[in-house]
Parts: sequence; C-alpha cells; structure tokens
Amino acid sequence: MQGNTACAEGALAAGCRFFGGYPITPSTEIAETMARKLPKAGGVFISMEDELASIAAVIGAAWTGARAMTATSGPGFSLMMENIGYAVMTETPCVIVNIQRGGPSTGQPTRAAQGDMLQCRFGSHGDYSTIALTPNSVQEMFDLTVKAFDLADRFRVPTFLMADEIVGHMRERVTIPDAVEAERPRPLADGSLPFEAGDDGIPGFAPFGSGRSVHVTGLTHDERGYPDTTDPEAHDRLVRRLVAKVESARRDIADYEVVNPDAETVFVTYGPPSRTVEQVMRDHPDDSIGHLRLRVVWPFPEFALQEFSNAKTFLMPELNMGQMVREVQRHVDQPVISIPKIGGELHTPAELVQTLEAHR
Amino acid sequence: MIAPDWFRDDRLPHIYCTGCGNGTIINCTLAAVEEMGWKRDETVFVSGIGCSSRAPGYILTDSLHTTHGRALAFATGVKMARPDLHVVVFTGDGDLAAIGGNHFIHACRRNVDMTVICMNNHIYGMTGGQGSPTTPPGAISTTTPYGMSEPAFDLAELAVAAGANYVARWTSYHVKELTKAVAAGLQTPGLAFIEARTQCPTNYGRHNKLRTVPAMIEHLRSHAMLVAKYNRLCAEGKPVPDGTFTVGDLVRRNRPAMGVRP
Repeated sequence: MQGNTACAEGALAAGCRFFGGYPITPSTEIAETMARKLPKAGGVFISMEDELASIAAVIGAAWTGARAMTATSGPGFSLMMENIGYAVMTETPCVIVNIQRGGPSTGQPTRAAQGDMLQCRFGSHGDYSTIALTPNSVQEMFDLTVKAFDLADRFRVPTFLMADEIVGHMRERVTIPDAVEAERPRPLADGSLPFEAGDDGIPGFAPFGSGRSVHVTGLTHDERGYPDTTDPEAHDRLVRRLVAKVESARRDIADYEVVNPDAETVFVTYGPPSRTVEQVMRDHPDDSIGHLRLRVVWPFPEFALQEFSNAKTFLMPELNMGQMVREVQRHVDQPVISIPKIGGELHTPAELVQTLEAHR
Repeated sequence: MIAPDWFRDDRLPHIYCTGCGNGTIINCTLAAVEEMGWKRDETVFVSGIGCSSRAPGYILTDSLHTTHGRALAFATGVKMARPDLHVVVFTGDGDLAAIGGNHFIHACRRNVDMTVICMNNHIYGMTGGQGSPTTPPGAISTTTPYGMSEPAFDLAELAVAAGANYVARWTSYHVKELTKAVAAGLQTPGLAFIEARTQCPTNYGRHNKLRTVPAMIEHLRSHAMLVAKYNRLCAEGKPVPDGTFTVGDLVRRNRPAMGVRP
C-alpha cells in the first residue's frame, strides 16, 4: 500500500467522518481515497475552494463532534496558518496532514522535504503549543494518523502528521488492525463552564447540538467562552494554559526509539532520514553508534537526549537546512552536527558515513 | 425586546454604538427564528470578524465566532457534518465581500442549506471606518479621504449570479419586510442570502453629511426601490435616480442543495 493511502485508511479506521481539502501535490491520494471511501462510511468529503476554507470547514465539523481532518502540502499549509491558530485558541480537536515538499513557495511539488517543521510549531501568530508526529514508513502513516486523532481529542489541540513526499508515495506492506479504539474528548461535566479546565489544563468538550449553548471565539475569552480582550490576567491565564496543557504532558505524548544508548556518536532523526541511518547501522554494526528516532517532534522530548549518557556528539540529518537541530542544540552541552540536505532526495548512506567518520 | 429567551443577558452591555442598526437586524432575525419554532439546542449561529460578527456572542445558542472572512467555510463544515442543525450566519460587507469573497460565491454555488444575513453598513466599522467593497463611489471614509474611487459590489446580485436559492435585500428601516425575508430564508432549502443595509452613524454617517441616525435611516428608505418598480422603470426606459438600490426578493428558486435537514 502507498503511504498516502495508508494515512487515509488510518483516518477511516480512527473514525474520521469529515474531510475538507483542496488538491495539492504530493498529498492528493489522501483526498482521493477519502472521497471514495468516506461517503460509504457515512462520512462527508468536501472539496473546498481553497486551503483557508478547508481547515475552516474541518474546524466547523469538529465542533459538531465529528473526527475531522485535512491533508495538504507546503503552500496549502501556509494558507492554513491563521485558522490553525484559531483551532488552538478555541481548543478544537482536528488533524492536519502535511505531505511536505520542497519550498519555499511553489518549490518542488513532487520532491520530498522536511522544511515545515518549525512552521508547524510557530507558523501561526501568538504563543501556543501543538503536537506533531513524524512517520518514517507506510505502516506509521497508518498508525500515527490513528494516534494523531487520539492526541487531538485528548488534548483538544490541532495535531499534525508531518509526513513528506517520500513516506507519502512509498509503497510497503501494512498491517491494518481489525478495529481501532478511539479516545474521544472528555465530555463537559454538568455545572462546568465550557472553557473551565481541570488539573490537566484541558476543558471538557460539549459539541454543538449537545444543549450547552457554547460560545466559541478566537478572541481572548474567559472560562464561559465570552470575549475578555483587555484584561491582562485573562489573556495570561488562557494562553499559559493552552501552552501548558501540551508542554506539561511532554513525557506522556513522547514517542521515540533508542538504539545503542551507550553510544558515543548518536544520530538524531525523524521521518525518512531515519531509514538511511538504519541502513548505515546495518552496514556498520558498532555499539559506539547510537540512534534516537523521534515519532513525536513537538512537544519536543528533550529528556530523550539524556538517554544517551555517554554521548560525545549528536549528528542530525534532516531534509532541510537545519530546523529541528536547533531544538537539539538548545538541550545538550555536546556538539550537535547538522547534516542538512535539500533538493528532494534522501541522504545516501555514504554521505552519512562520511560525516560520521569526520566526527568520531 | 423580541425573543428574550434567545439573548445572553449576562453579556450586556453590548459593544454596539448608539444608533447602530445591527441590533435591529438581530431582532428581526430572532423574531423570524422564533416564528419558525426552532429550538435553541438545534440552532447554531456562525460569524466572521467585524461589528456584524459580534452578534452570535449575544445569542444563547451554540455559536462560532470565527476568523475574518471565513464564516461561510466554517458554517459549511458545521452544516455538512450535522445537517439536522439549523445554521444561520451573520456577516458584514468587509467580511463577506472583501476578505471572504471567494467563500461567498462558493457557498452560494454549493447552495448549502443555511441562511446568511449580511449587515451591509458600507464601511469597516470595527476598525474605525475604512472604505470597503460596498462603500459607494464618492463616499468619504478614513481610507478614501478624497471620495471612494472604486465601484461598489452589489452583494445580492452577486449571490443571485453565484446560485443561491433565495436572495432578498432590505434595510434596517424595513423591519417587517426584513423579518419576513429572513423567515423566508430560514424556510428555504439551500442557501438563503439576505442583504440588510444598515446605518453606521459613528464611522459612515458623520463623514458623509448624514450626521443623525434618522437622517441615515431616511437615506436608506428614500434610496430603496422595490424590485418590480425598478424593473418596470428600466423596461419603460425611464430614468432611475442616482444611488437607487433594489429591495425585495431578487430570486426564489429550487436548485439542488447540500446539507438539507433530513
């Protein structure tokens, strides 16, 4: 199965019943699969007039309690930024798939990149925090799409599947479970206000039509959902909670693989570059080479780096000019070497070996 | 007050200026909604950004106050996912015709089953009175200090051309007619678009020799002409006074619609 198809199958298995999208290479197979299968599953597929409308419709559908998603690539992702901030502010659970391609601008529509990794964290205005998952296989296109819906619902935050043209168009064998258990948002308790959070910082959810007359606004609002745009304390309380509900759960959300924790030279990867590192490690079995592979990049699991207690150097191959490497550098004292590659192709094993030899 | 059960009385005082026409349009809308016998729990109000779009925040239903221009796209998601809910959208001329123009024509084309009420005050009121796509030629605003040099959009004609099933235009003077038009819209399967021209004394009137609210409302009344009369004058080749706009039903039809209540 193709990665993009596996993503759509994962969404369907997770109970996604609304897809709003706009065609864009290299993500189109996701929309095409949803267009074919969603109506038969009792869901709604709608091709919107642009990506601003796509994410808007997804947020509207999510407020009726439906699991909702969209899929896009760089230019469409850029267009979605304002409403992604709206989803953050209104605590709307939804899933946004970005099959990354080379940018900036129209760039390389048919070539892979990991150039939107900071955009998915910081691209909308204001302070906030979200969750981003990074699959490296067709199986993970399925599994992490399912997981994205669970995280979006649990934390009431837009959640990103930050894939790319390589995993999107790669074909591999996939195991699809008979049934997937969905973790839906906690319902709004009787007597609780619509944006009154519990200890975990997450309010209960009362979708439209459930009789709670919820007012949803992107303005700074109080626990009732009513605008309160000038009180510094109201804004401070709301925005700090929106950030903390995700950041304070970093260990809970974290998902990563550790290979050779005693290693002195450690590759840190996410997405397809991890496949090249795996090849290098197969070709050069050596306990002094380690590998940390992140399946969740945001919120960033800085504690995962501490698992390599003997690390002297971290090496970070990315399909960009060095984006997540800044986050790694921020959290460790050891040298962190960026191995950037742009243009649309993966690093070759030889390229990684060359850098490895130069730094050990 | 009309339909007191539908107001969030804990939101008072509201933000509207003295003499603003938006309250009249909200009242007309709620009177029509109440006439339909809709339940509060089955009704959702959606809006974008601007003075018009603050209206849902005063109404005691589920309500979605969204981003600038995108109300119809959000509303499409709500209605398509839950066709059993009634969806009413409040928008303004800047929200609908400028930043949201693309969503406007596509919502009309899809004919999604919802009612869209545009409070057209011919100005960006919330931001302090800048010229909008419906600011009349020659009118003074903070960004057209020498008079508006662009032609204005006719929102109702745009909705007709784009395919909405029901299109009407009235003003804040025509309270009974406007209420009836909204009710007709609520009953129409498919997209109903009602343009409600209204006065903005704070940011439009005082720059355009309409210094009092009665003067503004009189200006709306005296420039409104029934569609039938307008068509007759045109057919007879008779002149239509400058600044005239049509009021009444512009179209009622039964094109295929989406998201109709089962």
